[in-house]
Amino acid sequence: MSQRSANHILTGTRIRERRLSLARRQADVARAAGISPAYLNLIEHNRRPVGEDLVARLAEVLEMPADELAEGREEARLAVLREAAARLAEGDAEPGPIVAQAPEFLARFPGWAGLLITLFRRADTLERQLVALSDRMRQDPYLLTTLHQILSAATSIRSTASILSEERAVPPDWLDRFHANLDQDSQRLSVTAQALVAYLDSFETEGAIITPEEEVEAWMAAGARPVEESDDLVSDAALALAADHLLRMAEERRALPDATLASAAARERDPMRLAARLDRQPDLVMRRLAALRPAGFETAGLLVCDGSGALILRRSTPGFPLPRPGDTCPLWPLYQALAMPQTALSHLVETPEGRRFRTLSYATRSQPDGTDGPVLSRAQMLILPPDAGMAETPATKIGPACRICPRPDCPARREPSILAMG
Amino acid sequence: MAGRTLDILMIEDEPNIAEAVNFILMREGWQVGVHGDGAGGIEAIRAARPRLVILDMMLPNRSGAEILADLRADPDAAVAGIPVLMLTARGHTGEEAARADAVLAKPFANDDLRDMVRRMLN
Repeated sequence: MSQRSANHILTGTRIRERRLSLARRQADVARAAGISPAYLNLIEHNRRPVGEDLVARLAEVLEMPADELAEGREEARLAVLREAAARLAEGDAEPGPIVAQAPEFLARFPGWAGLLITLFRRADTLERQLVALSDRMRQDPYLLTTLHQILSAATSIRSTASILSEERAVPPDWLDRFHANLDQDSQRLSVTAQALVAYLDSFETEGAIITPEEEVEAWMAAGARPVEESDDLVSDAALALAADHLLRMAEERRALPDATLASAAARERDPMRLAARLDRQPDLVMRRLAALRPAGFETAGLLVCDGSGALILRRSTPGFPLPRPGDTCPLWPLYQALAMPQTALSHLVETPEGRRFRTLSYATRSQPDGTDGPVLSRAQMLILPPDAGMAETPATKIGPACRICPRPDCPARREPSILAMG
Repeated sequence: MAGRTLDILMIEDEPNIAEAVNFILMREGWQVGVHGDGAGGIEAIRAARPRLVILDMMLPNRSGAEILADLRADPDAAVAGIPVLMLTARGHTGEEAARADAVLAKPFANDDLRDMVRRMLN
């Protein structure tokens, strides 16, 4: 906690310094960031913590990268240089010595360091776009369905047109049907092709949100406002998912009110013990912790899957590798929990970038249609920062999904990665 | 379809494609039946016992590959041995389509379809 507090102090001070350097009034910045001037004043004087979402909004208002605002410019630049050295080391070169030289390089050649940082960030952005586009082209159900429709319409038009141009003495009733079919298929082709072009155009927008699941994920990350006020919810499917989610959230909030949970979480950080103290089901407590994010759980993320392993809720947390919907890492402890219902599984996991997370996974089974009905399984994984002293603890090495995971020797790999391996 | 033996049973969910193919093959003198859904595909084959099945790969409810696997595993050897012409997207001719006797990529030329069916029936 002390390190987190220190970071908050630095962050608040940096926000104030940046605002003053731009000669902007506290009230103007607060309004632009969607908070009250009094709250910004508390943040600037390091009397309130500031979460990642708010840092991002403030960084946008103050026209500087969020990581520099949160971590400090020098720390952020050093972190990028270290990451660049680790990822770009060529051949058999050991990145360790280069990483160690990062502070000296930054101090002696700030201009070159800045250039390298800019290039690395650009390359990283392009790599992410490439991965996202490749992933999307391959498994996007909307794209596959649309292409199938186009192919079907083209097949029908080609065969029908050939009949009309090549066959002799086609009976009048068949002629009428073929003409009607041509009209119908050409209209279908036109509408589908226009939809496809509009869809592909959206690829050009960096970070464009495509699937309903991703729309809902962005909506939740922005605070799960009423659906009619959200800019993140565009598709009908996403609006329906979000409305359903809000209903369930309201029910669960009644079952475990904010004040009750926040008060208990301040005294107990183990979700299972928390559930026992509150006399509530562990899965309810886990979902409520990720939704409320009380003190001690500010960055909590949550993944929920059904019995098939399909993710039905994705509440992201910074640094945890979430791929596009449809494909995930089989080593996520979430899936182990499916095989061990009613048992809490605590795992330390490590991402390909070396970030560590403490996870708690818990599965339930139910028979909503009675004893003769199907058994439904559901698992959820709460994602938390690691406890102090876990730096050397062995961790399960996970990834986002095989296709976009750089681990070459993973025992669970089911297909080659499109990323450079090793 | 009952009462007379079919030459060809086509399993295709796009009615306009089915209509065009039906017309082309019918003009060659073949008796053609159409089943428009993946569900019930294998049952339709068993009931019709055609000389040839034209099977679309992408069908709702049960894919062409699954129907083909059902067919080849049928306990009745006469049913299991019915030749299959698979209609598929170009490039989608991998392992799934390998158990078909012939593969025709969409969109296809009517002459190619006619020639392929003629070879398979004769």
